[in-house]
Amino acid sequence: MEHTEDAAVRVAGLRMAYGAHTVLAGVDLEVHAGEVVALLGPNGAGKTTTVEVIEGFRRRDAGDVEVLGVDPEHGDDAWRARIGVVLQSWRDHRRWRVRELLGQLADTYRPYSRPGLPRPRDVDELLARVGLTDAAHQRMSTLSGGQRRRLDVAIGLVGRPDLLVLDEPTAGLDPAARREFHELVHEVVDNDGTVVLLTTHDLAEAETVADRILLLAGGRIVADGSPAAVARQVAGPSEVRWRADGERHVHSTHDPVAFTRDLLATGDVDDLEVVRASLEDAYLEIVRRHEAGAAHPDLEVTR
Amino acid sequence: MSTPAPRAWAVRTGVRRGLTEFRHMLRSPEDVAWNVLIGIAILVYLVTQRGTVVPGSGGLTLPDLALPGILAATILFGMVMGPAFALSAEVEDGTVLRLRTTPRGTTTYTVGMVVGQVLGALPMLAILLVPWPFLLGDPMHQGAGGWVAVVGWLLLGTLATLPIGIVGGALAARPTRVMLFVLAPVVALAFLSGVFGPQTVPAWAAGAVQAFPLYWLAHGLRSTTLPAGAEGLELGGAWHPEIAALVLLAWAVVGLVAAPVVLRRTSARQTASALAHRLQALIRG
Repeated sequence: MEHTEDAAVRVAGLRMAYGAHTVLAGVDLEVHAGEVVALLGPNGAGKTTTVEVIEGFRRRDAGDVEVLGVDPEHGDDAWRARIGVVLQSWRDHRRWRVRELLGQLADTYRPYSRPGLPRPRDVDELLARVGLTDAAHQRMSTLSGGQRRRLDVAIGLVGRPDLLVLDEPTAGLDPAARREFHELVHEVVDNDGTVVLLTTHDLAEAETVADRILLLAGGRIVADGSPAAVARQVAGPSEVRWRADGERHVHSTHDPVAFTRDLLATGDVDDLEVVRASLEDAYLEIVRRHEAGAAHPDLEVTR
Repeated sequence: MSTPAPRAWAVRTGVRRGLTEFRHMLRSPEDVAWNVLIGIAILVYLVTQRGTVVPGSGGLTLPDLALPGILAATILFGMVMGPAFALSAEVEDGTVLRLRTTPRGTTTYTVGMVVGQVLGALPMLAILLVPWPFLLGDPMHQGAGGWVAVVGWLLLGTLATLPIGIVGGALAARPTRVMLFVLAPVVALAFLSGVFGPQTVPAWAAGAVQAFPLYWLAHGLRSTTLPAGAEGLELGGAWHPEIAALVLLAWAVVGLVAAPVVLRRTSARQTASALAHRLQALIRG
C-alpha cells in the first residue's frame, strides 16, 4: 500500500447528486504530504459530502478518488486505521465517561501499530493535550459543546493517523478553544507529519490554520492556493489610484505590482494608492450568491 | 508489546465494550429500578397465587406453571427489545457511526452489543430465580438437574432471539419505529404463545405460534421444570424437547447469518450528513 503516495488525497472529477439536486459537479483536489488544507465554502456547498467520500463513508456517483494510495470504497481496516476522522454533530455514548470512551476507541487501533509508529497514542497525554484531564471521569452527557468537540478531535487523533480529516472542527468552540485547536493541529503536523484536511465555512479560520485553501462553491473548487493566492483568484482586480498632471486616475489590474512599476517609470506620479481586493469581500459575495440559490457552477475563476 | 491479530483483537475489545455497557447499566438508577420493580411485582403477584391450583394439572400451582413462561418472556423481551431499542437509539445518536470510523469498529460494536445485552438480562433472572425457592418452593420438579437444563434452554433461547432484536433494531433504525414494528409483534406473540401456561393459547393461534421461538422456548423450559403428567396441558399432550431445540436452533442459525448482513448494511448507511439531517428534523420537530 506504500506505492505512489506523493498525494495523500487525490480527487478528480468527483460528482455527487441527491436526486435531481447536484451537490458536486466535478471536484478536483489534491492534498500533499505535510500540508494542512482547508476546504472552505458556505453551508450546503458540499464540503461534508466531499469529505465523506474521502473517508470512505459514502459512495460517489462518478470520479476518481485515491486516499493514501487506496480507493476509499475498497479501503480495508489497515487503511481505516491510518485515517483519523472528526465528523459533525455527535450525541453518542452519553453514558460513557470521557477517558473510558477514548480508551475504548484507542484500543481498536492496537493491531495496527508499526515500529516507530506506535498506535494508539497515550490516552492520558492526549486528554491533557486537548485540555480534558479534569473532565476525564465526567460522563459524556455532562460535557459542554466545546469539551465534546475537543474530545471529538482527540478521538480523531488517538490512532496516530497519517491523514486527519475534520468536518467543521471548531464549530461551537469559543475563540480561546479555537486557538488551542489551531495550535494542536500545527503540533500534530510538525511532530508526526500528519496530513490534515479540514472543512470550514469560516474564512478567518481557513486563513489562520491552513497552508492552502480550496474554495468550494457551486459544486466545484473555484479557487485553490495560499490565502493570498485565493484572494487574487476570486476577489477580482486590484485598484491602482494616482494623480498625474493634476488629474486623478484609477486603473483596475490583476497585476498591480507590474502596473505600478511601469507607472512609476513614467515619472510624474503623485498620491499613489494600491487597493488590494479583499478575500473577505469576495468570499462574502460567494456566500451571498450561494445562499440566494444563485451559485453558478461557472463562477468566474480567472477574470 | 507485539501487535495482536486484528479479528481476535476486535472481538476482545468488543467484549470489553460489552462489560463496560453492563457496568453502566448496573450504575444507572433507571435501569436498576426497572428491573427491581418489575421483578418484585411478578414475585408479589405469584406469592399471592401460591395456593392457586391449576385445574387439570395434577395439583400444580399457578407459580409452578408460570415460571417457564416468565423465563421465556424475560429472554424474549430482553433479547429482542433490548438490542432493538439500543441499536435504533445508537444509529440515531451516532454511536454506530463513531465506531465505523475505527478499524473493525463494526465487529467491536456488534460483539459489545451482544455481550452487553446478554449480561443485561442477568439481573432480572437473578431477581426472579434467587428468591424463588424460598418464597414459592422448589420449582424443579424433576430434580436439581433441572437448573442446568434451564440454563441450557435460556442460552439456546438467547441465540434464537437476540439476532431478531438486532435485525429489528437495524431495520427500524429509530426508537419510535421499534415500538411499532418490533414491540407490538413481540407483545402479540407473547399473548398468543401462552406465556403463563399453555391453556391460554387460543385454538386458532396454536398453529401459528409454533413457527416462532417463544412457544418452543417456553415448551422446552416446561418439559424441564414440570413433573411427569404435566404434558397433558401441552398442545398435543406430549413433550417434544427435541423439536423445541431444533426450532430454536433453526432460528439461531438463520438469525446469526442474517444479523451481520443487515447490521453491515445499516452501518454502511450511517454518514455524517444522514446524522445531520436527522438532527435537523429533530430540531424542526
